Amino acid sequence: MLTFTLRRLLLAIPTLLVISLVIFLLVDLAPGSPLSDIPLTVPPDVRKKMIEALGADQPVIFRYVLWLRQFFWVEPAYLIDGWFGTTWAGDEQRILSWQSRSPVFTIIGQRLPQTLIVIGTAYLVGILIAVPIGIYSAYRQYSFFDQAGTLFAMIGFSVPTFFSGTLFIIIFAVWLGWFPTKYDTQLVVTDWASFLEQMRQMALPVMTLGLANAAAISRYMRSSMLDNMGMDYVRTARAKGMTERTVILKHVLRNSLIPVVTVIALGIPSIFGGAIITENLFGVNGIGAALIGAIHASDLPMVQTLAFIFAVLIVLFNLIADVLYGLLDPRIRYD
Amino acid sequence: MTDTNAAMPKPVSQRRAIWQQFSNHKGALFGLITLGILIFAVLIGPYLWIPEKLSVAEAIKLKNQGPSFRFPFGTDQLGRDMLARMLLAGRVSLAVGLVAMLIAIVFGTLVGVLAGYFRRLDGPLMRLTDMFLALPLVPLLLVMVMLFRDRVASIVGPELGAFTLIVFAIGITSWMATARIVRGEVLTLKEREYVLAARSIGARPSRIILRHILPNVVSPVMVAATLGVAEAIITESVLSFLGLGFPPDFPTWGRLLFDGLQYMQVYPERVIWPGLAISLTVLSVNYIGDGLRDALDPRIRGR
Repeated sequence: MLTFTLRRLLLAIPTLLVISLVIFLLVDLAPGSPLSDIPLTVPPDVRKKMIEALGADQPVIFRYVLWLRQFFWVEPAYLIDGWFGTTWAGDEQRILSWQSRSPVFTIIGQRLPQTLIVIGTAYLVGILIAVPIGIYSAYRQYSFFDQAGTLFAMIGFSVPTFFSGTLFIIIFAVWLGWFPTKYDTQLVVTDWASFLEQMRQMALPVMTLGLANAAAISRYMRSSMLDNMGMDYVRTARAKGMTERTVILKHVLRNSLIPVVTVIALGIPSIFGGAIITENLFGVNGIGAALIGAIHASDLPMVQTLAFIFAVLIVLFNLIADVLYGLLDPRIRYD
Repeated sequence: MTDTNAAMPKPVSQRRAIWQQFSNHKGALFGLITLGILIFAVLIGPYLWIPEKLSVAEAIKLKNQGPSFRFPFGTDQLGRDMLARMLLAGRVSLAVGLVAMLIAIVFGTLVGVLAGYFRRLDGPLMRLTDMFLALPLVPLLLVMVMLFRDRVASIVGPELGAFTLIVFAIGITSWMATARIVRGEVLTLKEREYVLAARSIGARPSRIILRHILPNVVSPVMVAATLGVAEAIITESVLSFLGLGFPPDFPTWGRLLFDGLQYMQVYPERVIWPGLAISLTVLSVNYIGDGLRDALDPRIRGR
């Protein structure tokens, strides 16, 4: 298992290098560079200085290697300095956003909690809804509940989040007035009242994303349960006279959760990146909103760094899912 | 099993068996009918429903109308007839879905067949597929559209430019699933006796692939293609929704929804119509894919 993990980790390095190069070149070589948008009234020597100040006059390869070094060496060093008060990073140059001239990772650090709270809760809610639905649909296959669950999953797959989110806003915020339409990023939870306020403003985005996630996960749960229900060990358990409850919840559920856990792990990167739409719709000032803002402002370092972070997360959680599968299921051996 | 004297069921042709299984799937039938109606409306509609020619002053007076006999879907903030816009937008949306799916399927099948059939290409091509799977697609699509929009528009014009760029970008980022499915199928197919027979009478790889392998991967590819249309329509509307899709005078359903968002609180129907159209299309396409998967799988068929 350890050798497998190590081998996969080593294989991930060239993959990530190629991805980083693709992202860097795609963003860097594109014609819509902000440097082409400098007004013509700016004198040539000032224009030259502006380009130099942004570091955009260096050759592409040079900037790519510098960016990689900043990403993998300088920024972690700053992080460790911040935690332990060391001075590893010295005064090395960090990746700076072109919009705000502040380090990209500082901005990400400010935005990340919003994303994690809202989108993470949505993912959790999705899982908590999906698992019981999946279990019961499989237990009573083709029953009315199962049919309804299938319909729910199909609708959850098909209705895009920007539409379900808008519908929820219209129904619950505009008509019924239960929840606010926009998420207030400034709100600080200090007492019970502000906590309730936070819950109310999280309700709509969590509902939108949670339903979309629940649709997919409940399907996996159901088919995984169905696969296991027909197994011999289930018959054995019943023959031993165990209660239906023990059979389903102890024997079948535990074995069925193995593939579902890996599916859940594979979906985690989308908590960070895939919620761009929901964040935009509800005005949650998170990572996704930062990415859209950076794209609209042609803030290349920010876009490159964010896109690459998403890629790292995807590769990382693919690896985690594979390792988890091996750990949870003793029948699977990679060696 | 008890009654062995019962007459054997009459053998049916494969196409008929597939159709029988497909039409047993209620959802798939619903999907086929709904999608048929939508496509029919979008293709024929603009010839049947010709919006009145209004002068600018008249149009401004008629802006933000609710549904009426004259404007069944109401009018928008510039006094344009929403029904006519919905029909035109549907054409573009469906066209984007179909063309992007075609690009993805052709490319995915090509990669899959090459990787499955030629062992030397297998490693590199599958690494390429893995790499594409690890790319953060939505951010990259947004960046691609943002950065290349003006350049492409200056070459082929704003409308065709947006169409080409978006369709190409979606196609080039959604071929991976097809490639993997096709590779898996080809790997098993090429060990079959009939391929061996073809090879032993001296057929060239191109002939074996076109004549013996491709016809047998059609059914999984068809399922992937159906689901691909749904995916492409959603992706396009996501781009439009984030303001990086089609220009407002060449709308898609996603763009109409994006335009309607500002007026959501006062005129919710302007968001609901396009959203409903997208959701219905995707739902019916997904159901068709579901039914096709059951119908094309001989293990399930006839049960």
